[in-house]
Amino acid sequence: MEVSWTKAKAVFAAALGPPLFWLVLFFLVPLGIVWAYSFGRNVGLTEISFTGTFANYARAIEPLYLKIFIKSAWVAGLTTGLCLVVGFPVALAITFASEKAKAWLLLLIMLPFWTNLLIRTYALIAVLRTEGYINMSLGWLWHGGGMVAALLGLKPIGDFQPLELLHNNFAVILGLVYVHLPFMVLPLYSALDRLDRSLLEASLDLGAGQMRTLFRIVVPLALPGIASGVLITFIPALGAYLTPDLLGGPDSQMIANVIERQFKRANDWPFGAALSFVLMYLTFIAIAIQALMSRKSPEAR
Amino acid sequence: MAKARKYPVGPLEYLRRWQMQAWLAAVGLFLYVPLIALMAFSFNDSRRNIVWKGFTLKYYDKAFHDASLIEAFGNSLTIAAVSTVVSLALGAMVALVLWRFRFPGKTVLDGALALPIVVPEICMGVAMLVFFARVMPWPQGLIWPLNLGAIIIAHISFSFPFVAVVVRARMASFNREMEEAARDLGAGEWRTIVDVILPHMAPSLVAGALLAFTLSLDDFVITFFTAGPDTVTFPVKVYSMVRFSVTPEVNAASTILIVLTVILTAVALRLQGDPAVTAGHAPADKS
Repeated sequence: MEVSWTKAKAVFAAALGPPLFWLVLFFLVPLGIVWAYSFGRNVGLTEISFTGTFANYARAIEPLYLKIFIKSAWVAGLTTGLCLVVGFPVALAITFASEKAKAWLLLLIMLPFWTNLLIRTYALIAVLRTEGYINMSLGWLWHGGGMVAALLGLKPIGDFQPLELLHNNFAVILGLVYVHLPFMVLPLYSALDRLDRSLLEASLDLGAGQMRTLFRIVVPLALPGIASGVLITFIPALGAYLTPDLLGGPDSQMIANVIERQFKRANDWPFGAALSFVLMYLTFIAIAIQALMSRKSPEAR
Repeated sequence: MAKARKYPVGPLEYLRRWQMQAWLAAVGLFLYVPLIALMAFSFNDSRRNIVWKGFTLKYYDKAFHDASLIEAFGNSLTIAAVSTVVSLALGAMVALVLWRFRFPGKTVLDGALALPIVVPEICMGVAMLVFFARVMPWPQGLIWPLNLGAIIIAHISFSFPFVAVVVRARMASFNREMEEAARDLGAGEWRTIVDVILPHMAPSLVAGALLAFTLSLDDFVITFFTAGPDTVTFPVKVYSMVRFSVTPEVNAASTILIVLTVILTAVALRLQGDPAVTAGHAPADKS
């Protein structure tokens, strides 16, 4: 079993020293400084005085910024919900597939997950933009339809109007689902894989339909896994920067974009710091809720 | 297989139901069509990049002669390599300590180590920006690769806790009797670690290295906040190119990275034999 650190002080210190040093200096200290800045005030161009003010937090919950927080949470929530709906059947199929099919399906889900986020976002831009593949295909169909109409002697259907698929909220949600789907499928799969299959068989034998078995047996048993999938998807979606930045329009700003602006353009670090910490607290609240839920559930590991 | 088809679909054979097959096909298309289109059109002989005009490799030629793109690519690989090595060492060390020892403040360390994993990227990015702007300004104009130091430090900070998670999951399946045997046979603390514990840890080190490498190669947000004007990584470079327009050169460069990713994943799977390991999950000890 675990031994007390006093048994091997030299080994303990040698193994703990470097990682602890790194964690403190290159992670906790930077975060601590941001935290301190969030109570400060800009005096001059680069100078910030630590006044212990809560003014930055007060500004962060002004309606303008509160709306962005609510919108970010809503977008992240919708993304998570869509990932769950799309991903659950996939996870179910992987769980009950044969060993060989299972390996291939897992690989299929994981390969995009390993692919660079920026490349995936770029690939979506190429699909969605005005001259993108979707609009090209639709335009081609439209053209074909126009020719058929002309042959039939109907009146011309006019020029094709490309759909505005990029730079709006739809694109942001689609992009977030595209990027985060593997985050949902993998924890769902690992939860479903641990289910006791005889319970499912019993339910089906005793006359419950597939849907009833799914909602009365599978979902309740897999609830801790679903909760962790939801959390793993929700947190990065809430703090997403790249997707709303590249796929969104002027009205699809999420909280990360506002934070970036405070630091890189508006040069209001104290306010940006306060916004970062509000985002961080929201993340912690989400984690706490998940922890409470999985503690309540008897099936939690 | 052909024989199996004659039997009716079993109640739990979801994969053999057409609804499920259709759903999987749709999800597969959703995940892969954009990427495959991107790769296919990198070979397209048309600047407008939408209508197929014929096969060409000229955008690869262009990408390979684009000095700034090559530099960014080299920077990314260097950062990922250095960050992986250091993360692996730090992650394994802290995992070992948490697995092996009982000490005051263990829960605190455990919690602090989880922070870099859960803190939103943007928060970590601004923390690094502030740190390298105010506390430890990284000297400008250093020779390569020292000018990448700040980015490397930031990447190690978010990578090594992931390595620690993977290694710890693996250590959970360690048979303590092996260690006792080593001790009975006269091995000291170091000797036990090197000869008994490290070999058991090895598969998770491969998985952890792969994870750290990909995390580093993939990262845009934290690098974006840490990088100076003269230190461009591949994602940052692609970002600035994408902002302007969709060009075949970006397609070509992206295709190269995708192929690299696929090769790395294939190597990892070969080494591991179990796809679940490479996802950062606890490896199932099947032996």
